[in-house]
Amino acid sequence: MRTSTLPTPEASLSDARQPLESVVVRFAGDSGDGIQLTGNRFAAVTALAGNDLTTFPDFPAEIRAPVGTTYGVSAFQINFGARAVKTSGDAPDVLVALNPAALKVELGRLKPGGIVIVDSGAFNERSLRKAGYAADPLNDGSLASYRLIAIDISKMTLETVKPLGVSQHDALRCKNIWTLGLVYWMFGRDRKPTADWLKKRFADSPLIASGNIAALDAGHAFGETAELSGDIPGYSVAPASLDPGLYRTITGGEALAWGLVAGAHLAGLKLFFASYPITPASPLLHALTSLRRLGVSTFQAEDEIAAVCAAIGASYAGAMGVTSSSGPGLALKGEALGLAVAAELPLVVVNTQRAGPSTGLPTKTEQSDLMQALFGRHGESPLAVLAASGSSDCFETAIEAVRIATRYMIPVIVLSDGYIANAAQPWRVPDITALSPFPVEFRTDPKGFAPYARDAATLARPWAIPGTPGLEHRIGGLEKDQLTGAISYDPANHQQMSDTRAEKLDRIALDIPLQTVETGRGEGRLAVVGWGSTHGPISRAVVSLVERGYDVAHIHLRHLSPLPPNLGELLRRYETVLVPEMNKGQLVQLLRAQYLVPAEGLNKISGQPFKIAEIEAAILARLGS
Amino acid sequence: MNVVSPIKPRTAKDFATDQEVRWCPGCGDYAILKAVQKMLADVDADPAATVFVSGIGCSSRFPYYMATYGFHTIHGRAPTVATGVKLVNPELDVWVVTGDGDALSIGGNHLLHVLRRNVDLQILLFNNEIYGLTKGQYSPTSRTGTRSPTSPTGSVERPVSPIGFALGAGGRFVARSIDTMQKHLVDVLKQARAHRGASFVEIFQNCIVYNDAVFAGFTERDVADANQILLQDGKPMIFGAKGSRGLRLVPGKLEIEAVTIGENGVSVADLLVHDATNRPLAGLLAAMQPPALPMALGVLYCDPAMALGSAVHAGLGERQAPPSADELNALLRRGDTWTVSA
Ligand SMILES: Cc1ncc(C[n+]2csc(CCOP(=O)(O)OP(=O)(O)O)c2C)c(N)n1
Ligand code: SF4
Repeated sequence: MRTSTLPTPEASLSDARQPLESVVVRFAGDSGDGIQLTGNRFAAVTALAGNDLTTFPDFPAEIRAPVGTTYGVSAFQINFGARAVKTSGDAPDVLVALNPAALKVELGRLKPGGIVIVDSGAFNERSLRKAGYAADPLNDGSLASYRLIAIDISKMTLETVKPLGVSQHDALRCKNIWTLGLVYWMFGRDRKPTADWLKKRFADSPLIASGNIAALDAGHAFGETAELSGDIPGYSVAPASLDPGLYRTITGGEALAWGLVAGAHLAGLKLFFASYPITPASPLLHALTSLRRLGVSTFQAEDEIAAVCAAIGASYAGAMGVTSSSGPGLALKGEALGLAVAAELPLVVVNTQRAGPSTGLPTKTEQSDLMQALFGRHGESPLAVLAASGSSDCFETAIEAVRIATRYMIPVIVLSDGYIANAAQPWRVPDITALSPFPVEFRTDPKGFAPYARDAATLARPWAIPGTPGLEHRIGGLEKDQLTGAISYDPANHQQMSDTRAEKLDRIALDIPLQTVETGRGEGRLAVVGWGSTHGPISRAVVSLVERGYDVAHIHLRHLSPLPPNLGELLRRYETVLVPEMNKGQLVQLLRAQYLVPAEGLNKISGQPFKIAEIEAAILARLGS
Repeated sequence: MNVVSPIKPRTAKDFATDQEVRWCPGCGDYAILKAVQKMLADVDADPAATVFVSGIGCSSRFPYYMATYGFHTIHGRAPTVATGVKLVNPELDVWVVTGDGDALSIGGNHLLHVLRRNVDLQILLFNNEIYGLTKGQYSPTSRTGTRSPTSPTGSVERPVSPIGFALGAGGRFVARSIDTMQKHLVDVLKQARAHRGASFVEIFQNCIVYNDAVFAGFTERDVADANQILLQDGKPMIFGAKGSRGLRLVPGKLEIEAVTIGENGVSVADLLVHDATNRPLAGLLAAMQPPALPMALGVLYCDPAMALGSAVHAGLGERQAPPSADELNALLRRGDTWTVSA
């Protein structure tokens, strides 16, 4: 099922509000127009109204682009519905463009026949020229295939707010909230939570707060009045059927931060996080830094090498050492990861992937570091690799990473990406006391202690931290004797140690869930296999095709190293395996090499997430429609 | 942490491991190892609370020979690993052992930042003015003209002064000694250990294989008196055979000169008095080069400031204990939430 195009106003007149199953709204304007704030407020009330949703903020790459330019356009997209919503939506049904540049940049995304709401007051000769328009698109017929709602929002906002005694400049800044009021009316949203929020946000300047609230009410009233003439359609989107519980919205960055803290709590360890700023990984550093009062240590290192090494030092000293970066930074950490593998210390490394190579498209998303995570090191240096499939999944993935790292004394790489890091989804808030703890036991008994004696089940060596009397020992990157840890150049010992380091992954494989099929049958014509943030579009595409009777299944991997032990056998039960990835085909290579299955890739590397339609089309091309 | 005190006071031997020491016979590293072991015994250090972290190089094999905790890490990165250790457990006595290539070539950036941040570590830079482990290439401290496999006709680069670098990076304890000067070295190391914050000690270390006698001009017995000055805080700067020479400021200039006491009306009262808290003075002393001026040894600069670990712990009220389940539940429920009922 695809999101339906919005019906015409004639249809909406017959009934007070036209019910819709799901809608995509995109807010766009100049960086200074408060677009992110507007979008986030809309998301908050939409969540409160019980819809499922996914949001995606689309910031300009420039920090402060000149006003009115196309490269200074900031956008925020939200997909919400009465059914499960897995992506921020292929194409908007409604586009709000607060200036000509926003219209210019964003119009191409809008669905044919979609609604475009513009602030006609922001369209003048100068702003049109800045946006690169030769003629005024509001008058030259170029918007004929859309439903244009042109309102002089600037003027209406000024008329409402200025009389309260607000300056012209400040009054005009309320126009995003006026627009929000109008969109609230269109979708029957409650204004009260936003009014309360505005009061809190502008607690220091009550005049600005009341100006914004007046604008919100005025935009809403405008919709109400216009309804009578049928100019502005009203819709209703029923609550989605979510599992009962307490919910909030959460971005991938937040979920990772909280998952790491929760993981350290379950392990009974202090969390030590070291990082060096890089887009789009910095939100994690910011989020964890704000948790210092909860005993989280954060350290902004001089570079990525220092960050990973400080985390290794922290783990050596008995904390849960964590570091994070994006692709270029992971490359810098490579040598130290070899040390962590050799020293056999727990370590979690988060890689929020972005489009590469080199600086690439730093603000755009990609999944092109899988091979780097799996193999991008010197020597044979096996480690565990996990991937989060969405914003809320980051929480559990982070906990799983801490569990594996501490139980097996091994580094774990967690793959996220620019899309997941910033996208927000509703999340059923877990009760921490209901999660299973995995407390770490440091070695304290000197009797029979050997630094590389291993646990029979996990092959983990003892974690013996400095400060423990009687366990003084030396470790390092040189090959070590398989028991005493003393430097050893013995050929048989190196073979044995290399085999053991690899075998640890086999042991982890026995300790992770068997791979399940998320949608569809456990055998059949086609399995779509994904990892990471392709989860949203794959899941939506496969769910609708299964509903339409197609024989297709969705398998999504969280564990990429080691792979679940039943995966090969599972994949062989399908005639065709299709692997959509935002790279040139990395997982597909691995699956073919590992299992000799004829997996095919579906590859997109444009810096943009997959559209549901693209995946549907690829599936149908293989199944025949 | 419970520490079981030994009945007998520890001796240097108690800090030695059973590992066979693999340095070349005659290498200066042996003497430094001996001095460090003696110093720890003298101060009755707790081996369980002592950690040696090193990078890569001949010098960086050091931790294997110490009966303490030890971590032989990767080339140039020891300061960063040590920073992680110290921030997690401020109770530990953490030492960094590094070479001139390790600290100033590949690890230059980290040395800069560990000093600037003033992490409470002792950093021992074994300066042999050569890459030993990789078989004798010139290093960033090699003097111009050093002949080596990668500079067969003599290096053309200008060397960096480790002490000058440390002062420039904001180091708050900067000292210098020589591998063979056992008593002096042990004394300097004790002061480094007592200092709260990053303590930087450059130790001239003879590489008998690739750069033998490069420091002979001020370390050999017959020239030592004339070409060394052992700095003592609060004491006039006297050196030379029988204390016959001294240092003073050239009148009207920010420049040090060596003078002979009793000649040209110079008396001890005219000499500079060492003040370890005087940073500009430390800079002048660091720049002194024999034979024109004596090599300055001892603590050139010591002016304690809040160390990183303590700044973090004090300033932000950071605590060690992980959060409780209640605190985490509260965190997860902060901000806008809503309930979906069955
Ligand atoms: C990443 C990396 N690059 C290069 C090397 C090779 N390497 C090992 S030690 C060393 C230089 C050591 O010189 P120094 O720090 O002066 O120590 P010394 O051996 O003289 O004590 C080099 C280049 C390495 N181990 N790792
Ligand atoms: S090469 Fe030089 S520094 Fe290295 S062990 Fe031999 S003498 Fe010492």
